[in-house]
Amino acid sequence: MENSKQTKVSVKNLKKNFGKLEVLKDIDLEIQEGEVVVLLGPSGSGKSTFLRCLNRLEEITAGEVTVDGISVSDKKTDINKLRENIGMVFQHFNLFPHMTVLENIMLAPVELKKMTKEEARQKGLSLLKRVGLADKADVYPPQLSGGQKQRVAIARALAMNPDIMLFDEPTSALDPEMVGEVLAVMKELAAEGMTMVVVTHEIGFAREVASRVVFMDGGYVVEQGTPEEVILHPKEQRTIDFLNKVL
Amino acid sequence: MISIIHTYKGLLLQSLGQTLLLTLLSLIFAFIIGLVFGLLSVSKSKILNCISTIYVDGIRGIPLIVLAYFIYFGIPAAIKAVGFTDFKMSALVAGTISLSMNAGAYMAEIFRAGIQSVDKGQMEAARSLGLSYGKSMKKVILPQAIRTMIPSIINQFIISLKDTSILSVIGFPELTKAGNIIVGNTFKALQVWGIIAIMYMVVIITLSRIAKRIERRINVGKLEAN
Repeated sequence: MENSKQTKVSVKNLKKNFGKLEVLKDIDLEIQEGEVVVLLGPSGSGKSTFLRCLNRLEEITAGEVTVDGISVSDKKTDINKLRENIGMVFQHFNLFPHMTVLENIMLAPVELKKMTKEEARQKGLSLLKRVGLADKADVYPPQLSGGQKQRVAIARALAMNPDIMLFDEPTSALDPEMVGEVLAVMKELAAEGMTMVVVTHEIGFAREVASRVVFMDGGYVVEQGTPEEVILHPKEQRTIDFLNKVL
Repeated sequence: MISIIHTYKGLLLQSLGQTLLLTLLSLIFAFIIGLVFGLLSVSKSKILNCISTIYVDGIRGIPLIVLAYFIYFGIPAAIKAVGFTDFKMSALVAGTISLSMNAGAYMAEIFRAGIQSVDKGQMEAARSLGLSYGKSMKKVILPQAIRTMIPSIINQFIISLKDTSILSVIGFPELTKAGNIIVGNTFKALQVWGIIAIMYMVVIITLSRIAKRIERRINVGKLEAN
């Protein structure tokens, strides 16, 4: 709280096992307010699992994770309260198909008594405008294209006024021509100073938007730095191999 | 045959009404029982899972007729034995309890399957917004689950409706009991049981038609959805 740029996320010695499988072996990472951290790495490297540990969608096996100075790993933490400040966007959108687009966005603020119905409506409509879908408020999610669904999902996550946004491969399930519209919304969000942690395979996005790129492999952070350092001048052999394959 | 229908019209319709009443009451309670045990069975707690398994397997392992005897004769006997000598249980109450418990066990399985048919990402999305497990269930998971459960629920309704005939053994004045009475009076077993069978059939076929129609509408909705 004392610095102007406070630490938003702090991860120390994070380990995560699925049964006997060690997915995250020993991760240390700090993320400052306003940073856009892009996690890169081959599939199975643990980047999505890492992201999901930040809001305890995955139980943490060992180590410490704090968000906004509150321990995520501590069982006594009111995780629901903490999650209100952590927006999450999923690869498969996970919109609620039985609710309209606007109802999807209004659900959490109204249920959690953050806003009255009317306030949530106004907020929802302005968020939809922001992601370019003002005309889709009363449509049901199955009638939207993938890119539109993901933009609604971003709006839904923003409705709670989170101060951190987690993106778990937000464009991986999209047709190529729809990737751009989602990345554009994310870029805007980054430009507004949102703290973001993004798991993606979009190297272009990482180069353009990330303030820091973290390369993960085999459950470890292999290398991190500015996009310039990690993507253009990687030092580690594993990073070089990975980038050779994807670029 | 016509004369039987003419003479016993009132009794037949009244007992059909009792059959439907018993079915409806039981299904309402079975829905609640099924919801509770269905939720227990999908919970993360092994103990709660176990409670649900014991109930479902226990009830499914007992023939309805035995359950009905147990509740109608066994329970009042036990209550009288501990001192409440004027305790009485009506056949409707005993019948409703037996059928509710029985259908409730099947309903729990329908709920479990329905809840599990909802994509895991739905719960994750709801939880990541800060909603509690209970709120996520109520607002996000169950509304979707119940939609897919409707055909199974109607199917269970039909099964329970037929099972009410078993409750004639505890003297509940439903349709099969009426058949027994009328045969006793007229000695015309073929005609009477023919009439009773057709009455069940008409009601049940009507119900399954409605079920089919609802099911089709749900499927059309799904096609449009994708």
